[in-house]
Amino acid sequence: MDKRDVVIVGAGHGGAQAAIALRQLGFAGSVAVVGNEPELPYERPPLSKEYFAGDKTFDRILIRPAAFWAERNVDMLLSTAVTAVDATAKRLSFANGGSLDYGALVWATGGTPRKLTCSGHDLKGVHAVRTRADVLKMMLELPIVTQVVVIGGGYIGLEAAAVLKKFGKKIVLLEALDRVLARVAGAELSRFYEAEHRAQGVDLRTSVQVECIEEKNGRVTGVRLADGEIVPAEMVIVGIGIIPAVEPLIAAGAKGGNGVAVDEYCRTSLPDVYAIGDCAAHANGFADGATIRLESVQNAHDQATIAAKAITGSLEPYKATPWFWSTQNDLKLQTVGLSIDFDRTVVRGDPATRSFSVVYLKNGRVIALDCVNAMKDYVQGKKLVEARAEVDPELLADVAKPLRELIAA
Amino acid sequence: MSELVVIDRSGSARTIEGETGRSLMEAIRDNGFDELLALCGGCCSCATCHVYVERGPAEARVTGSNDEDDLLESSGHRRADSRLSCQLFLTEALGELIVRIAPED
Repeated sequence: MDKRDVVIVGAGHGGAQAAIALRQLGFAGSVAVVGNEPELPYERPPLSKEYFAGDKTFDRILIRPAAFWAERNVDMLLSTAVTAVDATAKRLSFANGGSLDYGALVWATGGTPRKLTCSGHDLKGVHAVRTRADVLKMMLELPIVTQVVVIGGGYIGLEAAAVLKKFGKKIVLLEALDRVLARVAGAELSRFYEAEHRAQGVDLRTSVQVECIEEKNGRVTGVRLADGEIVPAEMVIVGIGIIPAVEPLIAAGAKGGNGVAVDEYCRTSLPDVYAIGDCAAHANGFADGATIRLESVQNAHDQATIAAKAITGSLEPYKATPWFWSTQNDLKLQTVGLSIDFDRTVVRGDPATRSFSVVYLKNGRVIALDCVNAMKDYVQGKKLVEARAEVDPELLADVAKPLRELIAA
Repeated sequence: MSELVVIDRSGSARTIEGETGRSLMEAIRDNGFDELLALCGGCCSCATCHVYVERGPAEARVTGSNDEDDLLESSGHRRADSRLSCQLFLTEALGELIVRIAPED
């Protein structure tokens, strides 16, 4: 029976970093990365930004060049989907009929895009933005497309809309809630981005419910709304979140539900099985210890390092500061901390200048910042978040006062 | 193509070739160095591709934008010749650079 000392399932940011970290830590055993896509590990954020826009070719978003994995003696088993985990025999079964035994298993599968449940959700012309293949399919269709409906006003939907606008497409963006970015940011940021996209010519609508996708000869022709209106479109992009890809692990007996549950060392409830990244439900200190999943490069990368350390015998708890970025048009948003359950916001600077920050407070302490074209605030605000600093909101709002001066204030 | 000498954190130096028009970060990453995280992929959103440009023309040794300068401020290892390597684009005119990967923050 074929076996590797460490098998990493998932060839995204987390999976790649787990392999890199194992070798950096001097791990000499055999390592395999199992990925269900045909590609070597690549960066996903550019899929809705530079890669989609054609500003970067695919080779430039590879996390490492092909030769690197061979040099580090990391086997890449690509186009291989894991269908079952036997946690007793420590064996993986593949969709292609193969199997592989593991000494330790790192589950880094991320998630699959949540699909609409209405009729027409799987028509030709309906797209998700999660993989290179998704983007290539869109690129092929784009020349014949004049109007696109983007369903979902999260980061993926907004970033995709920004790129498509650059291509000169007409865009209608539909958000079910009463503001965009509702799940991840405060209303001030939502309103700013709504106004920005509208100013670019995006027909951005909130509190809109989708009834179904309309079709002709199996191809998308539009989106029917709950009020009966049909918004014409030759392409529909659905960005309504992901479902963590943990089914085989849960079926094998791992604790979890929305993701797989891990402890502070990224260990699941199964022996020698770790989980990292988007699919790992963990207690996060920046969320007051609440169990959350974090969908970010930062989290995938830092949890990968934690898991690699645990596998090589040095237990170090996961405490990394969350950070995130989003690029839309000429706006660079940078987030530090987690704004979950904030009870107050302070706007620092004037959004009309297109450079400002939103500071999130909970019980008078700084828990997060969203910084738009405001690098200094991002860099200095990180210290406030890490210290959970108690700062007078009036001082936070005073742009004349650098945030670094407020640390001990 | 331009020639670069890259010194890693253990102090060992290696000469590599960088493609004109690509960033210094890409040249380092694509030549097998794994110490440079470059987590944001080169869009000047983190500070995990920090290097010191120990030899090279003045324009390679000073930061290219306020954003780069502010991000470098977050490093505890900043020096006068600190750069985010994703913000330094290789040209023939830069000549031979000697760069050292900065310690991890």
